[in-house]
Amino acid sequence: MSWAGPEDIFLSTSLASYLDKKLLVLLRDGRKLLGILRSFDQFANVVLEGACERVIVGDLYCDIPLGLYVIRGENVVLIGELDSEKEELPTHMVCVSVPEIRRAQRAERDATDLKGSMRKRMEFLDLD
Amino acid sequence: MLFFSYFKELVGKEVTVELKNDLAIRGTLHSVDQYLNIKLENIKVVDDDKYPHMLSVRNCFIRGSVVRYVELPPDGVDVDILHDATRREARGS
Repeated sequence: MSWAGPEDIFLSTSLASYLDKKLLVLLRDGRKLLGILRSFDQFANVVLEGACERVIVGDLYCDIPLGLYVIRGENVVLIGELDSEKEELPTHMVCVSVPEIRRAQRAERDATDLKGSMRKRMEFLDLD
Repeated sequence: MLFFSYFKELVGKEVTVELKNDLAIRGTLHSVDQYLNIKLENIKVVDDDKYPHMLSVRNCFIRGSVVRYVELPPDGVDVDILHDATRREARGS
């Protein structure tokens, strides 16, 4: 790998322009974290201040506060800069409490598991 | 180095990046680095009703390791130059 030349400064994909901004970080396990970027490195390890996890189930959502987070870069999928002038979520979405979103998550997980097991049971029928 | 140089030529063009988690994002290529991390501007998420959390994201940084495909404009490729560069690289520079 060659060292970056002077012309590469302008093409560098640095997270520096995102420092002290409120960001959305998507993780490999599907979680969505929001917070202010305070630090980063070449592996995309990231420090988020005032982090919260935004859980979305259908039209329900909930922001669960987490505090100061260090995220290992290998888990990072995408880092998005939130536009303060645009709505963060569609207006039809409803904010609910943590216990309610947990219940909704469990219901969604059970429905997916049920669909999976039903599909397995149908496979032997060999319908075409 | 070849693909890094190749993407540098495509800065400013509109591309669609498909990620390994099936999320597809269209946007203007702002920058790329040696890890093929990508920064996109003025993004539009494909199938955006499936991804309500992305509504207010205008610019984003995508880690190179999570990219599955980068879809390019059909006229974005000079195939001859690409062939030459690939031959040079294969010759063992």
